[in-house]
Amino acid sequence: MSLLRADGVTKRFGATLALDALDLEIAEGEFFALLGGSGSGKSTLLRIIAGFEAPDAGRLLLDGRDIAAVPPWARPFNMMFQSYALFPHMSVADNVAYGLRRAGVNRAEAARRVAATLAMVGLEGFGARRPHQLSGGQRQRVALARSLVMRPRLLLLDEPLGALDAALRERTGFELRALQRETGAAFVMVTHDQEEALALADRVALLDGGRVAQVGAPRAIYERPASRFAARFLGAANVLEGRALAGTFESAEAGVTFAGTIPEGTVAVALRPERIAVTAGAEGPNTALGVVEDVAFRGDDSLLLVRLTGGALLRVAHAEEDGAPPPRGAAIGLAWEAGDVVALPA
Amino acid sequence: MRRGRALRILLAVGLGFLWAPILLLVGYAFSADRIPFQWGGFSLRWFAALAANDRLVEAAILSVRIAAGAATLAVLLGGAAGWALARFGPFRGRALFGALIGAPLVLPEVVTGLSLLLLFVALEGATGWPAGRGATTVLLAHATLGAAFVAVVVQARLAGSDRSLEEAAMDLGATPFVAFRTVTLPLMAPALAAGWLLAFTLSLDDVVIASFVSGPSGTTLPIALFSMLRLGLTPEVNALGAVIVLGVGGMLGLAALLLRPRAG
Repeated sequence: MSLLRADGVTKRFGATLALDALDLEIAEGEFFALLGGSGSGKSTLLRIIAGFEAPDAGRLLLDGRDIAAVPPWARPFNMMFQSYALFPHMSVADNVAYGLRRAGVNRAEAARRVAATLAMVGLEGFGARRPHQLSGGQRQRVALARSLVMRPRLLLLDEPLGALDAALRERTGFELRALQRETGAAFVMVTHDQEEALALADRVALLDGGRVAQVGAPRAIYERPASRFAARFLGAANVLEGRALAGTFESAEAGVTFAGTIPEGTVAVALRPERIAVTAGAEGPNTALGVVEDVAFRGDDSLLLVRLTGGALLRVAHAEEDGAPPPRGAAIGLAWEAGDVVALPA
Repeated sequence: MRRGRALRILLAVGLGFLWAPILLLVGYAFSADRIPFQWGGFSLRWFAALAANDRLVEAAILSVRIAAGAATLAVLLGGAAGWALARFGPFRGRALFGALIGAPLVLPEVVTGLSLLLLFVALEGATGWPAGRGATTVLLAHATLGAAFVAVVVQARLAGSDRSLEEAAMDLGATPFVAFRTVTLPLMAPALAAGWLLAFTLSLDDVVIASFVSGPSGTTLPIALFSMLRLGLTPEVNALGAVIVLGVGGMLGLAALLLRPRAG
């Protein structure tokens, strides 16, 4: 059974619809990411789960029971705020102990759990410091410890890596996953960064305009986007418009015929840059001719911008092991496997 | 090098402009001469005379009591108003409320004094309270003025802190009341203390509003001084001025200390 279920949750702010009859299920002990751009409703959903906002319509079910009437302080969830929201007038240890004091845990037990949790996030010996004496990464850990010490069934994380620099992000990401496995709590993370969502979560919900555009395991939604929005948002695939014709797909803007298993009603196809090979010429379906407009070196590959004969611009990743990439202005052929063409119904 | 010297000279001129009258007053307080602005050798006689002047001492005690009462009332009202303005979001009438709370800051004191006098007279006519003008009406008028300052200081202090703090407290199991007591109030405390000191000082200083709303039982120190002016000054006034400068300066210093920005 699912831990938490959102059932037609709708939220309006004045004239704008932040959440539009959104349905979602979060299982016990999973790492779940709410991924979306600004205005997608991801933060509003997080605040509704925490209890800071009430939905205008729909239900939020915990273990099958509606929790609409349960105030934030009585919900078995804890939240890590984007700003961390550490109490500036308290020491690190008092910050972490705050929730335990409210719950009436006795001093000795609270001190033991605070020390254990601070050790878990790698902050032994920092208990007496004030928040303003810590670095950004250390503050993030205090905020995490303050939530985890409550042993929540569900931990809400609002852009947990947002304020950290690149080097710290990767390390902290791995640590978050380790903490999630260790505590067994369900983690629900809000992020606008698709790499972060794909790297950390067991399941990702892609939000668009207050609705779930697609939900699934990272690999599944990366490889099989269900819509043009999903294909563009998740890893910048090439999306080509056109129409389906008897099992093939004609794209006038590319001047290309895509063959494969293309169902009726397909409005566009997605093709990942790394699945396209550079060839000498082009003949038949699933090939194209074009001119290299620009080349960007990225380390293990180079990104080519190729102008197709039909006028569309295609992004092509050229692996280093395939030799030097074609120079700017070169006329090249492109080819790909039928199985790499993703048909998009919407 | 030259620029540094020019700046130092300008600074000295500026400081002199601000401090010369005050230092002169304090200096003459220690003069033995009967004329308040003539040096007659060092003496503490005017401090002794001041201590023996019952009218002035009584007025000073009344002033301090009114100031303490008005400051306390101002902290309660202004603190609540500043909290509401900083934390209650865009509620209906917020802009109007903010403007009215801050009105005494921009209105000429004569206008504030006159309008309060009219209010007290009308109120007495309608309800019988307050009976006449005196210490009570001065206290209420000063609390009104002080509340405006406290509200501004508290609002600024809370605006500088993260709104999620109270939410974080509630998320960790605190009811709104407990969140206020354990998080909001400690955050506001320095602003409340500084606001109290500001309101206290304002009340102690005020002569304009007090002269509108005071009566026979409400002769505060500035009003007593002002009436002495008309009869002719004695160096006791200098001595009193020196005492006030030290007292008020100390309190403003304390307020600045409480409001100083902290790292983080």
